[in-house]
Amino acid sequence: MSSEENRKAYWKANVRLMVTLLTVWFVISYLCGIVFVEELNNIRLGGYKLGFWFAQQGSMYGFVAIIFIYARRMAALDRKFDLHEK
Amino acid sequence: MELQTLTFIVVGITFAIYIGIAFWARAGSTSEFYIAGGGIHPVANGMATAADWMSAASFISMAGLIAFFGYGGSVFLMGWTGGYVLLAMLLAPYLRKYGKFTVPEFIGDRYYSKAARIVAVVCLIVASVTYVIGQMKGIGVAFSRFLEVSYEMGLAVGMGIVFIYAVVGGMKGITYTQIAQYCVLICAYTIPAIFISLNLTGNPIPQLGLGSMLVGTETYLLDRLDQVVTELGFAEYTTSARLSTLNTFVYTLSLMIGTAGLPHVIIRFFTVTKVSDARISAGWALIFITILYTTAPAVAAMARLNLHETIAPAGEQNLVYDERPSWFKNWETTGLLKFEDKNQDGRIQYTADKASNEMVKVDRDIMVLANPEIARLPNWVIALVAAGGLAAALSTAAGLLLAIASAISHDLLKGVFRPDITEKQELLASRIAMAGAIALAGYLGFNPPDFAAGTVALAFGLAASSIFPALMMGIFSKRINREGAIAGMVAGISVTLLYVFQHKGIMFVADTAYLGDMSPNWFMGIEPNAFGAVGAVVNFVIAYAVSMMTAEPPEHIQHLVEDIRVPAGAGGATGH
Repeated sequence: MSSEENRKAYWKANVRLMVTLLTVWFVISYLCGIVFVEELNNIRLGGYKLGFWFAQQGSMYGFVAIIFIYARRMAALDRKFDLHEK
Repeated sequence: MELQTLTFIVVGITFAIYIGIAFWARAGSTSEFYIAGGGIHPVANGMATAADWMSAASFISMAGLIAFFGYGGSVFLMGWTGGYVLLAMLLAPYLRKYGKFTVPEFIGDRYYSKAARIVAVVCLIVASVTYVIGQMKGIGVAFSRFLEVSYEMGLAVGMGIVFIYAVVGGMKGITYTQIAQYCVLICAYTIPAIFISLNLTGNPIPQLGLGSMLVGTETYLLDRLDQVVTELGFAEYTTSARLSTLNTFVYTLSLMIGTAGLPHVIIRFFTVTKVSDARISAGWALIFITILYTTAPAVAAMARLNLHETIAPAGEQNLVYDERPSWFKNWETTGLLKFEDKNQDGRIQYTADKASNEMVKVDRDIMVLANPEIARLPNWVIALVAAGGLAAALSTAAGLLLAIASAISHDLLKGVFRPDITEKQELLASRIAMAGAIALAGYLGFNPPDFAAGTVALAFGLAASSIFPALMMGIFSKRINREGAIAGMVAGISVTLLYVFQHKGIMFVADTAYLGDMSPNWFMGIEPNAFGAVGAVVNFVIAYAVSMMTAEPPEHIQHLVEDIRVPAGAGGATGH
């Protein structure tokens, strides 16, 4: 693979990962915490209504997880395509 | 020991630490002054970013907002954390790869235009100055409430401290003091929360306590709170929405985009060594932020329940005014609580009905400030809360001031007017710019303009509608050119400012709000504070359309974009 094709493939893989994770980001905050909050509130998580829990707790834990998953996967991609910092 | 003395000692110790750090971490070069030499460990930068980000508003006011809005307060929780996901994936690693000192510098280079750089500087300065006024007020208020010195005196002391470590240490001094400030503020926030959670639910972890049963009962805390507030006529805590679902959605999006576009947060990621560090550092920053942000809803619900149950204990008659606890009296003297015995029965009625409600003023800030007293915690905890509030305000103020100073000395002076100055002259200029920025912020703190109340929302609106889209398109599109970027930024800001001004008044002068601040006049029911996301959409659309109609960017710019997309080849950050 030429270096230009290699870079293009790397960027494509990066964008694909990003879109997947941004979908999760959107689901846990905008869908679970805002749009479908009433429906989810019928389910309980201990003392929490589930929709309320997503809005005031769960979404934030999810955000942290998303960033660390992204950082780890990207570090792996950097190496796979040999584009990491030396 | 007396509370007053204790507070002076605790605050004094923290201030001594900040000044000590300033002299230990002096900046000797422009690289150290602007980006702390680019050698900060990702975890350390995460901690500094958390302190940089969490302002007096996060520390003092946010739990109060949630306590009174209930579910409706979630906008701030999701909005002020979700932006870090965008920052980590869309901006931070690429801007770190580019390896320059400021945000306008990237915009100027990517769009090969001094005009674009100047537009970015203007957006940065307006957003940061409006934001810093709130911090200055926070410093003055924290001093006057906890140390009983005057607002002006408190402000002067706070400015003096920032002056020492920001002018001497630049970004390097600010970074290490922010780390110390994070430790102070997170202890001050979580310790009272742990005790209150333990008292109410027997669970020491507030995040779990909020979902637990009340001690000695089979009732969940949130169910009990819902019952108490609805009996008094307030909206149910766990479901009470603010305005429409669409508004909640757009407001959350505006705060997220705004967070990712605020220059004082972005430049923190220029200080780490590698591109991969920038990604992981955003994760650490969000962990440190989330510790406070997931504790806040617990503090909010528990403080609200405590407040209602103190005034109207279950199964008993309401509290007799003359028998009110000492914290009630203390906060009455500050004017944050106000009681008026409307039915002359000597007891306190606190209801949602305006005619019979006797708690005529319950300031939101009381939820955090009075928390340790309501929970009867020892005096040293109260002293710590004072130090924590000051740490939150000082750390954010310093970060904002650095963003302003570097835009003036590096982007305007070195970048546009006097490119031929030496590094030594530029370092001196940056120190003078810093001192000037502190003086301006102090002046605005002493004479808060009429529009001060609405300004933080304006800062988010500007960052969301101008800086974020320009940066993102600069990285993700090779086709967006100079004309498109400038037109997009100008259109984005104009739409946002027009919308805010027509409803809130030109520069927030109420009489000039020609459409009135009335919800029927809002575009699709979106409140002015939430409009940044709409401005951002306008920016994207205009930038794309104009770019398509004009020539594509020159070849070397397209190579530049290709280059910042891959981590390989990043050297240490360089001046030029």
